Amino acid sequence: MRKTLGLAALAAVLACGGANAQQVNVKIGVLSDMSSLYADIGGPGSVAAAKMAIADFTKDHPNVKVEMISGDHQNKPDIGSQIANQWYDVDKVDMIIDVPNSGVALAVSNVTNNKNKVFIVSGAAASDLTGAKCNANTVHWTYDTWMLANGTGTAMVKTGGDSWFFLTSDYAFGHALERDTAAAVEKAGGKVLGKVRHPLNTNDFSSFLLQAQSSKAKVVGLANAGGDTINSIKQAAEFGIVKGGQKLAGLLVFASDVNALGLNTAQGLTLTETWYWDANDTNRAWTKRWHEAGAGSTKFPTMIHAGVYAGILHYLKARVELGGNPEGKAVVAKMKAMPTDDPLFGKGTIDATGRKRHDAYLFEVKSPAESKHPGDFYNLKATIPAKDAFRDPKDSGCPLVNS
Amino acid sequence: MFEIFGIPSQALFGQLLIGLINGSFYALLSLGLAVIFGMLNIINFSHGAQYMMGAFAAYLILQYSGLGYWPALIIAPILVGATGIIVERLFLQWLYKLDHLYGLLLTFGLALIFEGVARNYFGSAGLPYTVPESLQGGRNLGFMFLPNYRAWVIVASLTVCIATWFVIERTRLGAYLRAATENPTLVRAFGINVPRMITLTYGFGVALAAFAGVMAAPIYNVSPQMGSELIIVVFAVVVIGGMGSILGAIITGFGLGVIEGLTKVFFPEASNTVVFVIMAIVLLVRPAGLFGRRG
Repeated sequence: MRKTLGLAALAAVLACGGANAQQVNVKIGVLSDMSSLYADIGGPGSVAAAKMAIADFTKDHPNVKVEMISGDHQNKPDIGSQIANQWYDVDKVDMIIDVPNSGVALAVSNVTNNKNKVFIVSGAAASDLTGAKCNANTVHWTYDTWMLANGTGTAMVKTGGDSWFFLTSDYAFGHALERDTAAAVEKAGGKVLGKVRHPLNTNDFSSFLLQAQSSKAKVVGLANAGGDTINSIKQAAEFGIVKGGQKLAGLLVFASDVNALGLNTAQGLTLTETWYWDANDTNRAWTKRWHEAGAGSTKFPTMIHAGVYAGILHYLKARVELGGNPEGKAVVAKMKAMPTDDPLFGKGTIDATGRKRHDAYLFEVKSPAESKHPGDFYNLKATIPAKDAFRDPKDSGCPLVNS
Repeated sequence: MFEIFGIPSQALFGQLLIGLINGSFYALLSLGLAVIFGMLNIINFSHGAQYMMGAFAAYLILQYSGLGYWPALIIAPILVGATGIIVERLFLQWLYKLDHLYGLLLTFGLALIFEGVARNYFGSAGLPYTVPESLQGGRNLGFMFLPNYRAWVIVASLTVCIATWFVIERTRLGAYLRAATENPTLVRAFGINVPRMITLTYGFGVALAAFAGVMAAPIYNVSPQMGSELIIVVFAVVVIGGMGSILGAIITGFGLGVIEGLTKVFFPEASNTVVFVIMAIVLLVRPAGLFGRRG
């Protein structure tokens, strides 16, 4: 019944005729962690990226008027849901973007589905967003736990790290990352010796690192992010984890984390990202504009900020193609039908589960001697093409895919 | 090598030692809080922010003057203590006669301001600060690898805690302080400058927080929210130990560090909440806290 209504609505919208010179009004909400541990990987930097995307798009499309608001979900799913509900119902927001923190993202994805709006996830990681919990209103940009597991996990097993011990953040994201990495490790021939789950926002990891040391695993996998990862890596250096012969796998590390650690502590760390500010001239020029758009010149943009920029561009393209004010499912269907092409991620596609597919890159953190200017953090080790970097939709468990 | 509840004894002793080390941070911070509450009757909610300011002061001292960890251990608490004195003179002195709640509200607001300003200038990811050369590395004790820095943390906090307790409970200056809290008018009548003593006491409590912050900078991430995560647990420690008791704060700090350490081994997901469970139980059984003197 819903599907028929949806299709009828879609037909009606498409039958409205060409959208070229029609006025298109859009309202976008940037929902992020503005004040806590994820504020540097998303936060005000995402708002700056959103402003840039809107300015760039409306320059070439004067018939499009875009309003933007932003909000702080404080890493709490109930606050995130409440803001999403209010934005959709009261503030007439059409699309929410960013949302680092997988717990909040899953909640907002649900709300978006109920209200039939659009949700573009740039910040969160849990692969369940395009897996068992997928829906027709959500697009997952930038990265996910499956890609991280497959990139860093497989690469480390291939270089000899075949026994793992996990330090996992005890919420949706940590569990998803641990599950996906364990699967990737076992598929590549390694085994998981144990795991310990720590609360989100833990200061002191000495107890957990001690357990990792006594497990004698060759690799200590850090299935956490933000401040937790920084603390784990800092204290791992203190406890001589790497000197003692074990390797450290930062399963989710951003440029801002490397900045906070300093290259002395972070050097040699292997990580996977899908965008790096210093990779080419286009990215560097974009970064300069990002600094001027209000992000402050001492920080460096992360792939999440790039995802916010690219996601908004693609959404606006779809809105212009459709014209008028279509419902969420129609816009997402259009986004999946159109191949993507933006200055930051290049050419890519969005598959049936809502997963945006683009190349992923395996990086290694430079040593202080190799770094020539501030922000010069990574050596590129390998490029993983889009079709291998992300999970096959057939294996996703997503109800939208008839497999 | 024998096993206790499925954990090898070696691992357990290692965890106990780690718990003691964490407890020393709790003890240092709750000592400052207990001193301020015991002497001034102010619930200093900005203690966490002042701990953070100590760590940031250490980072800034390194950036702008090149002075490393050891000078920062002395300079940072003095600098942050000075800001504490300014806060006391400008704001707190008007609140002593009022309900505790006003002091709590004011210091909580100040904490939010300090954190917000720090986040505005430095971002939330954190700043790099490394362990000083002389304390790097560690030794293998057989049952665990103990970093030298952690050993230093225990020694330093025990020293500071015992010294503070001794000054307050066993010296004449401490006696004046305790007398001034009970009956300021009478003590003033004896010619002792009570307001100045109170100001300096607040400054000292804040300096203790900043000292803990400098000690934390090499091992914990120096970020604007580093204090807010810790302060709630420290408050629970002070409540369990008894709000006015110095000795209670120290003993409870170390004790709860050990209990939290054991929880991390047997039930790590609950390690954040075990302190509050204990606080609830203690408040039901002994509302004044384990060593408390006043209700």
